[in-house]
Amino acid sequence: MKTLRIGTGAGYSGDRVEPAVELARDGQLDYLVFECLAERTIALAQQARRQDPAAGYDPMLDARMRAVLALAVRNQVRIVSNMGAANPVAAAQKTAEIARALGLHGLKIAAVVGDDVLEVVRRGDYRLEESGATIASLGDRIVSANAYLGVEPIVEALRTGAQVVITGRAADPALFMAPLVHEFGWALDDWHRLGQATVAGHLLECAGQITGGYFADPGFKDVPGLARLGFPIGEVSETGDVVIGKVPGSGGQVTVATCKEQLVYEIHDPCRYLQPDVVADFSQVTVEEIAPDRVRVSGGRGTPRTPTLKVSVAYTDGFIGDGQISYAGPGALERARLALEIVRERLAIIGVQSDELRFDLIGVDSLHGTALSRGAGAPYEVRARVAGRCASLAEARRIGNEVETLYTNGPAGGGGATQSVREVLAVQSVLLPRECVETSVLVMEA
Amino acid sequence: MKLRNLAHSRTGDKGNTSNISLIACDPKHFEHLRTHVTEARVKAHFHELVQGEVVRYEMPNIGALNFVLLHALGGGVTSSLALDAHGKSLSSALLDLDIPEPTL
Repeated sequence: MKTLRIGTGAGYSGDRVEPAVELARDGQLDYLVFECLAERTIALAQQARRQDPAAGYDPMLDARMRAVLALAVRNQVRIVSNMGAANPVAAAQKTAEIARALGLHGLKIAAVVGDDVLEVVRRGDYRLEESGATIASLGDRIVSANAYLGVEPIVEALRTGAQVVITGRAADPALFMAPLVHEFGWALDDWHRLGQATVAGHLLECAGQITGGYFADPGFKDVPGLARLGFPIGEVSETGDVVIGKVPGSGGQVTVATCKEQLVYEIHDPCRYLQPDVVADFSQVTVEEIAPDRVRVSGGRGTPRTPTLKVSVAYTDGFIGDGQISYAGPGALERARLALEIVRERLAIIGVQSDELRFDLIGVDSLHGTALSRGAGAPYEVRARVAGRCASLAEARRIGNEVETLYTNGPAGGGGATQSVREVLAVQSVLLPRECVETSVLVMEA
Repeated sequence: MKLRNLAHSRTGDKGNTSNISLIACDPKHFEHLRTHVTEARVKAHFHELVQGEVVRYEMPNIGALNFVLLHALGGGVTSSLALDAHGKSLSSALLDLDIPEPTL
């Protein structure tokens, strides 16, 4: 039976590059997929594109393509990636430029466009799913609106024979499902098969998270070689069943436990994992080790896809100001608490306008609050942190500033004060009827 | 005993919702987890952090429970003031829950 070997070259935009090279060189792959778009990434990319029309694709595209293109061509590995972000066409052009520089003339690259639906969303009368507010109410704070595309436009791109396919926003599993649909000729209403394909895609989409990454808990769950973690290879058969493995000798491990953690990751209701192409059902999935570092996952099912596509809408929503300062030795906790009290009082005195303020003791209660934090013993060192959300940059800056003034106005022995401000790019979603999203494929040659 | 001795966990996020899995290290302990790690217990454990309800999905096929915690991330990953805005470290907090030792 024919099997397809798909490797994951990246599980998020800042992921390591070396494991992708290892896969391109030794993975004996048919496809190498780079998944590089989180919720907010495309909004940041859209802002970059506004500054420079040639920008807006993943900043690491250059490094990744330079690292793997020659190997991919030599070993006949096709590449699929959403590194196009807010500018898939520019990403394809950049890839063509790199290919030429590497002597890979004639390399065919396809860009998938159409996920950018900002104008459609602006013209319509849509409501944000999470808050219920209208798109109109966001005014000119709206930065981007991108639809999660499914397999169809990616399959169209693969059909052109393009060696590299670059998309903008797409459903992460779809990046892995499209090669399967293309190579095996599955029908787009073969719901159970698409459901199982979703299982395969979902297992692979976070790269190292299934090969022992984000898993180790020393003494309870030990994983060797995390600095040399091998990214996953999925061997998928015509039935859709997938065997997860990795390059022999690479770090990490593929076990029933690592696969279960990735299977259940972020799926909410396992019976209804919504994708553009299918409503997947993971409730009958089985996970079985068939050899060391080889685990078979099968049993995914599906029901018909919904009439809408999810669209991620990003908009500016104020600024967050942050200030921190550390205390150590005897009385560190008391001095840090005093520092927080002083800043709280100061922010009121100088009238900082914020819709929320937060006071943390890093090393004591900053992650999970007082109820869950261990009360036992005084820490040797603690870092006081104040953060707040404000409408303007100037106002947000005042927060970090007040923390810094503790140097000469606060408790004894405070050191290492830092301050920062960042703009908030909030993300919510809108559901668009499928007919409103028009995609197309642009092909170019190096 | 601590839940960490019987199960492992991973957290994901979507907007203002946290999703924490709880997977039995040994599938024979799934029923024990089902009995003792209820929606109410998890809601109480996270009472200071979670403003919305806690929904539990069961996956007996793999011996796992999947908890969805609503209004748990300080308004949402992108606007939260928390250091761990994604709430990724919540899995560790869940594994610190006290439960009776299983008889099996």
